Amino acid sequence: MVIPHDLTTLTAPEARTLLVRRAISATELTQAALDRIAQVEPAIRSFITITADQALAQAAAADAALGAGDPASTPELTGIPIALKDLFCTAGVQTTAGSRILEGFVPPYDATVVARLRKAGATFVGKANMDEFAMGSSTENSGYHLTRNPWDTARVPGGSSGGSATAVAAGEAILSLGTDTGGSIRQPAALCSVTGLKPTYGRVSRYGVVAFASSLDQVGPFSVGVEGSAMLLRAIAGHDPLDATTATTGVPDYVATIRDGIRGLRVGVPAEYFVAGMEPDVERLVRAAIDDLARLGAEIVPVRLPYSAHGLATYYIIAPAEASSNLSRYNGTRYGLAAVEEADVNRAMDLTRARGFGAEPKRRIMLGTYALSSGYYDAYYRKAQQVRTLIKADFDAAFRDVDVIASPVSPTVAFPIGARIDDPLAMYLSDVCTIPVNVAGLPGISVPCGFDGQGLPVGLQLIGRAFDEATLFRAAWAYEDATDWPRRRPPLATAATPAGES
Amino acid sequence: MTATATATATGWEAVIGLEVHAQLLTESKMFCACSSRYAGALPNTLVCPICLGMPGVLPVMNRAAIEATILTALALGCRIPEYSKFDRKNYNYPDLMKGYQISQFDLPFSEAGSLEFPDPADPSRTRRAGITRVHLEEDTATLKHVRDATGLAYSLMDANRSGVPLMEIVGDPDLSTADEAGAYLRALRQVLRYLGVSTANMEEGAFRCDANVSLRRPGTQALGRKVEVKNMNSFRSVVRALEFEIARQAEVLDAGGRIVQETRGWVDDRGITVSQRSKEEANDYRYFPEPDLPPVLTPPAEVDRIRARLPELPAAKRQRFESEYGLGADAAETLTQSRSLATWFEEVARLSGNPRAAANWVVRDVIRLLGATGGEIESLGIGPAHLAELVRLVDDGTISVRTAPEVLEEAVATGAMPASIVQARGLGQVSDATALAAEVAAAIAANPRAVADYRNGKATALGFLVGAIMKATRGKGNPGLVNDLLRSALDG
Repeated sequence: MVIPHDLTTLTAPEARTLLVRRAISATELTQAALDRIAQVEPAIRSFITITADQALAQAAAADAALGAGDPASTPELTGIPIALKDLFCTAGVQTTAGSRILEGFVPPYDATVVARLRKAGATFVGKANMDEFAMGSSTENSGYHLTRNPWDTARVPGGSSGGSATAVAAGEAILSLGTDTGGSIRQPAALCSVTGLKPTYGRVSRYGVVAFASSLDQVGPFSVGVEGSAMLLRAIAGHDPLDATTATTGVPDYVATIRDGIRGLRVGVPAEYFVAGMEPDVERLVRAAIDDLARLGAEIVPVRLPYSAHGLATYYIIAPAEASSNLSRYNGTRYGLAAVEEADVNRAMDLTRARGFGAEPKRRIMLGTYALSSGYYDAYYRKAQQVRTLIKADFDAAFRDVDVIASPVSPTVAFPIGARIDDPLAMYLSDVCTIPVNVAGLPGISVPCGFDGQGLPVGLQLIGRAFDEATLFRAAWAYEDATDWPRRRPPLATAATPAGES
Repeated sequence: MTATATATATGWEAVIGLEVHAQLLTESKMFCACSSRYAGALPNTLVCPICLGMPGVLPVMNRAAIEATILTALALGCRIPEYSKFDRKNYNYPDLMKGYQISQFDLPFSEAGSLEFPDPADPSRTRRAGITRVHLEEDTATLKHVRDATGLAYSLMDANRSGVPLMEIVGDPDLSTADEAGAYLRALRQVLRYLGVSTANMEEGAFRCDANVSLRRPGTQALGRKVEVKNMNSFRSVVRALEFEIARQAEVLDAGGRIVQETRGWVDDRGITVSQRSKEEANDYRYFPEPDLPPVLTPPAEVDRIRARLPELPAAKRQRFESEYGLGADAAETLTQSRSLATWFEEVARLSGNPRAAANWVVRDVIRLLGATGGEIESLGIGPAHLAELVRLVDDGTISVRTAPEVLEEAVATGAMPASIVQARGLGQVSDATALAAEVAAAIAANPRAVADYRNGKATALGFLVGAIMKATRGKGNPGLVNDLLRSALDG
């Protein structure tokens, strides 16, 4: 293949091909990403921390490995620049989870996924911005700064993994890692026109990933082009002795089957996911994408997922309940922000939390504390777990008939910065189509499916059976291969700092 | 299980239930690989991101701790449900690293067992109290409150203890006196030590007890308002605290007052309990299933495998010692105090071929010698072979019972075998009739008055003469032979 003038436009498989052929070096590739970061960060602000020195050192090591023997025998991600959501613990590099309460926290340990990526030869260009503790759908809840959508910098990139999505969309990294608790990978992927996958619960280790809602959180990849996500998932997936909730199910070679086509694949379409209030362009583009799947040989069948309507309500009991407990440890006694001027330890812990947490974590701590309180547990938490079982049962029934379920990712395109920040319920509705997938523990992928009348991206969601990410990659790749959406990149060549930057 | 009604002097019956926390003697902590043997370690040296509750870390279950808990539950006759899980108990305190403790709420590893203990009111009988459940959780860090030279008060935190496996044994409210509580605790400690699951050392904090106490009129079934008593750091303080609390509640009720449901702390140096917090101030722990850990399945085959590891327990061992060796209840009780002492005794019994003599030696002399060192049987300077040899030396007449204790003490002091001590010090019994005949003749010659008394029918005079001969032989004369020789010399 031809070496492009701008290396940041390479997809992960293209970069791998050029690196193995020694047509480009890891250092050139990483330097290109760092240059792009320097160029676009003033406008986008994908990162809380940029780790240029680390990236270049890793790139030098990658070049040494590529030059030491058969380059094709090096790990697949050798020399590929990757952005990490700032809730993956990185030994020696500040990890904030987007919260001021963890400002200055430098973990002495790597998350399992980070350790696996180090071993796989990746270069880490920076820690990406996010909604505080992954709570939000616009990255506006970051305790640090806004991140802007590369397609329209007056709009949000989605969230909570907003920085991970924009880093890949704007060419600041070839791949990135995010987490998805209710849509936090798929929704920003859709809003930024990149691929994002939330794996099956238990597919990827959560060890060293700052926890939001433990029974819902999953780590997953972002990429331009579906294949990059398949490469990244293959590198991080699998059982981890440090995470008792990881499955021992073997990790298939997602890339090997990605081009197998979708002839005969049964694709279910749930009417319940084409919700009221959905933007007409979004519905039109998603339905057009489903028609494309039919043209590629898939069989389209209606399915019913009636309990998904209760997904949002279920989620907003379970996730805040778990979060209220998970966030208890942030009290300033051991790391991060500490109200050191307060002499009484109990008051110091309270003051630390009052100062360190933003409005959204505080809201969810209160919601969750209430839902778990004595006398309310049965009405809220237990009831939510029962509904959760019903939502899962709906999917189980549907998957007896179909192989994949197709739906919108987000009912709307990227919304203007500030439009929903004072209306939490409107913000929560951003995830109405993605949340049931987390509640059921299933894999879901978001793949670009076009642009609305304003030129803003729309995503198609494909939901799969538990541990059947391979089929999702195969279907998403077949669709992508029949379109040119990934080849459209945001108009950001010489971006200027927008006015009113916070 | 209901308590035998025991009316107190004031006309009230106490209802006591005990909650015991015992640290498990596992190599590693409950949810991480750090060593759980923190005694003597420098503060914060046995820690890792997991037991420090750092961001993003996850717990991994310690199977050995789960097995020790189930083993204990089986020893207490509990039922082991096939499905169990961990839960989060949420509360904030600086010694709690995650802001929640991983514990067990509604589906513990075991339920519905019982514990037998000697009835303090009638030592010839035993009583039995119900065990509600045995479950597993994690210990907290320790805080040390200090004040510097300028008077500034501050606290130091040591996370070495954070995450050490902690087994909670919840007892039914089946006890009715402070002494019963003491007996129950001693019996429970003995079981834990027999199982080898815990040092169960109360002073070191490896065995902690909280008590729920209420009073009611004898013969009534309804429970009165209960008070939880904490901060009792020894068996003695448990008994004292309960005696105080029972008397305090009786006084309140007798004066027409009402008991406040609350937590009270025992203040040992003042000998009183003081209010710590009322029911209204009590924590709402907001328990919910621990999402970071899958449920724990213990199928019947697994329970059987663990049950096969159960050693002979104290009560069974006591009974066997009585029937197999013909020992009295007291001796059997003493010999089964600890599993190691019982094993030691049985080895002496086997090697000497004289279990009753072995029992007498252990109960009388060995326990006394241990008392001097304050240690376990392993700390005694000799092994079972030493005492067995001593028993044989007495049995075959080589030494007299009077000489033997001296030989034992020297063996304990030096570690030498009894036979070599006897030989080296010439302590062997004189059984040579010729040698003893000379001593007999000398004694008769030297004590004409006693001889005359004996011949005049005063039998005690014989004892005086025997004593004189034993004194002359420095205790080495074979007493039987001396008696025979003396009688034949006098009567002949």
